[in-house]
Amino acid sequence: MATQSKKRTGKRASAKTPRREHAVAMEHRLGAAELHRLAAKILKLSKADETEVDISAVTSALTRFANNTIHQNVAEQGLTISVRAVVDGRTARASTNKTDDESLRRVTTAALDLARVQPRNPELLPMLGKQKLTKVDRFVAQTAAATPDDRARAVTSVCHMADKNKQTTAGIFSTGLAEIALANSRGLFEYYDDTRAEFSVTILEKDSSGWAKATSSRVNDIDPEALARRASERAAGSRAPREIPAGRYTTILEPAAVLDLVGFLFYDFAATCVADQRSCFTGRMGKKLFGENISIWDDVYHPLQLGPPFDGEGVPRRKVVLVERGVPANLVYSRASAKRAKANPTGHGFSLPSEDGEAPFNLVFAGGNASTEEMIRSTERGLLITRLWYIREVDPYQKILTGMTRDGTFLVENGRVAGAVRNFRFNQSIIEMLSNVEMLGPAVRASGEESFDMVVPAMKVRDFHFSEVTKF
Amino acid sequence: MRDLANSAIEKALARCATYADARVMDIRHRDVSTKNGQVGRASEAESLGIGLRVIAHGAWGFAATNRLSRAGIEACAAEAVAIAKASAMAKRHDVVLAPEQSYVDTWQNPFIKDPFRIPIETQIAVLLRADAEMRKVKGVTLAEGSMSFRKIEQLFVSSIGSVIHQVKMQSGAGIVATSFAGEEIQKRSYPNSFGGQHMLRGYELIEELDLVGNAPRVAEECVALHSAAPCPEGQRTIILDSSQLGLQIHESIGHPIELDRVLGMEANFAGMSFLTLDKLNSLRYGSDIVNVVADARLAHGPGLGTFGYDDEGVPAQCTPIIMDGLFTGYLTNRETAAAIGQSRSNGTMRTEGWNRLPIIRMTNISILPGNHKFDDLIASTDDGIYMETNRSWSIDDRRYHFQFSTEIGWEIKNGKRGRMIKTPSYSGITTEFWNSCDAICSREYWTLWGTPNCGKGQPMQTMGTGHGASPARFRNVKVGIALSK
Repeated sequence: MATQSKKRTGKRASAKTPRREHAVAMEHRLGAAELHRLAAKILKLSKADETEVDISAVTSALTRFANNTIHQNVAEQGLTISVRAVVDGRTARASTNKTDDESLRRVTTAALDLARVQPRNPELLPMLGKQKLTKVDRFVAQTAAATPDDRARAVTSVCHMADKNKQTTAGIFSTGLAEIALANSRGLFEYYDDTRAEFSVTILEKDSSGWAKATSSRVNDIDPEALARRASERAAGSRAPREIPAGRYTTILEPAAVLDLVGFLFYDFAATCVADQRSCFTGRMGKKLFGENISIWDDVYHPLQLGPPFDGEGVPRRKVVLVERGVPANLVYSRASAKRAKANPTGHGFSLPSEDGEAPFNLVFAGGNASTEEMIRSTERGLLITRLWYIREVDPYQKILTGMTRDGTFLVENGRVAGAVRNFRFNQSIIEMLSNVEMLGPAVRASGEESFDMVVPAMKVRDFHFSEVTKF
Repeated sequence: MRDLANSAIEKALARCATYADARVMDIRHRDVSTKNGQVGRASEAESLGIGLRVIAHGAWGFAATNRLSRAGIEACAAEAVAIAKASAMAKRHDVVLAPEQSYVDTWQNPFIKDPFRIPIETQIAVLLRADAEMRKVKGVTLAEGSMSFRKIEQLFVSSIGSVIHQVKMQSGAGIVATSFAGEEIQKRSYPNSFGGQHMLRGYELIEELDLVGNAPRVAEECVALHSAAPCPEGQRTIILDSSQLGLQIHESIGHPIELDRVLGMEANFAGMSFLTLDKLNSLRYGSDIVNVVADARLAHGPGLGTFGYDDEGVPAQCTPIIMDGLFTGYLTNRETAAAIGQSRSNGTMRTEGWNRLPIIRMTNISILPGNHKFDDLIASTDDGIYMETNRSWSIDDRRYHFQFSTEIGWEIKNGKRGRMIKTPSYSGITTEFWNSCDAICSREYWTLWGTPNCGKGQPMQTMGTGHGASPARFRNVKVGIALSK
């Protein structure tokens, strides 16, 4: 309870917002006090040397549309209670979503029984006591109060727009609430909740498509019609794509495309990944690897980020500069990996037990001032990429990724967009790409499908390697 | 379970639903892993809840909850109907389902050893022994192993009178050796990459895999890859091992034949398909020797796509997908079957869990065996590459253009397997590739592989699918472009 203000409890927030029927996220919000009560009950049941309780509650709803109609429309509500027991230097975890007394007793015993038969873990550290957290406030009552009718009205409007434009639309509108609580037998209790809204839309024509997406904790920040207009314009602009040869092109990547590529770097910044010698930063820390204009940090407190201010063991998250002017400067650490490396934990550890250690989930790239239009104007011949798809790693050390372009790929000639082209396959080293960035746009919260949301800029990159062309 | 499901159906019908089905699912997991001589994960989990799907006002609604009290079920039903009512705002026509009988039945996949009754310390000990064997090989910098077990007990009840109880026991395991040297990371996996082999079987599967016995070979091959030849660039004959062919089937046949994808329902996320409706019974998908089925029946084998009934109460079936090279079938459900003139769903609706809506998913999509012996296949190849165990995979959002790389390859010259090749890759266009298939190995080389991590849908659902395959040969395929400069 140490870090939880009353302002963020369910009771208080519900009182501020009028009750709306089937506003499920608001109706199912448990709040810190309830999760604390549940955690305390489990801690009392446990006979382990040390016990940790991790509770997550999710309420979410998603309205899905295609062919200008709603074809799927879902809501879910769930709660998971996960108990980690430590006994004689051994640890293990058991989880349940059943909250009756018998189930709580059983899951607590199961964690202890599992722990007892583990080999002793010499790196296991005592659990943490109370921590001082930096407050973040990411619960937005309007988002939690969204109803199926609210989502359906917005979607219906987008479907009508598509009908009017003789286009076909598909996408989703989702809203929801996530709560997590972490407690242990040394007195730690941490709670976090946030709301999430997402609108994603594809507009299709006979031989073209366009796409746009936005996510936010504030549903009111999302403008479905504006996103649909943008996707519609992209679809109209990418009609009759022509085939041009594969090769190396100056390439303007919109933020969603940048995000889905650089997202593949995130685990490479984990100290455990470097220690396991499977990171592309192994042997390269402190050496110039990217261009001078590339700086990256992990910052859960950034105003465009979401996520809890503590990690899987309850360590407060720190802002960490990962890359400074092209030089990999720091890694993120769990408590165990920090001890091994004689460093300080940074608050990025996974819940234990975990062989993966830690990872940064709140990446922020330094941006620039260039608009996409300026990038286009300054390009003699190149490509403009809306979105990438099915990205996979081909070479983990050179960080070569393959994938496809999708939903709006354009040729740029003599400073202007010169029509649509067929989609390409790329095979591109991210290390090389981040050494070839010629222009940066302002960093924005971007959302794609291959990585978690980040704060990244649009980039103009020289010599991006497109290896083959597909049929559309 | 039955009372809960019945209650949910009754509440939905009382609120003007014209159809309702409920799935109560009780899912138990066990996951263990090791890394470099230490236990990584050791965890058990259980999850029980209900998912209720309704048609009301001519449109779909779905709600799921783990609150299984009378009040929780009532609220879930009210929510599902309210959501359906909201869906009707953008309705173009009423949802119509293909007819289906009602069934009252029980089904369970056979297994010999319940993996949850095997002590977890026994399972960890196997992984640690395999780990130690891998680390004995100089040059191995990382040794990893994992096992995962799932027991899914589910009850399906529908307003047309079906009551179907099913229990599925799933087991899987694998090991991986990784070696970092110079500026290169190499890895070898057994029996397959990305978690190994997974089937609807008990712990006997893990024992048959012999992880410890295979660990030294896996580790030696991993280290040897550093000094292997790079993959040449150009057009070559390739032979794919059965696991890589299984993934090739998954990506370039299994996904394109999903009828929801063809009809645009997945356009925003998973994408669409080049297999437009005009191609049914007219497209030469592959060469004459290519025969592919979607077979969810136990008779096909205990794959991750095996069941008694799908998640909208339709019995498991075998659907011919490609017959002698001709494209003959899609994966359908009760809502879409009519779009291709089917009077009945071919039973492919599946859900990840109680909290997810069933959607069209692959069952076991398998290529039927040919008649070649593997040694004869190599012996009859003058110049080619044999590729084993997937390393990376990617395909465009209409499933035309793909690129795969594998962990290891072997040069074939004049009918003999020669030097090792590192990170071999190949790429192509789906139908051109399948039409270049000129030999498939026989039943004795055929394995029903499990792909446990197939993602589809929004919210995303991860589903296990099965793919039976034996090694096969393809002519004139582009190789080596993944690492070209």
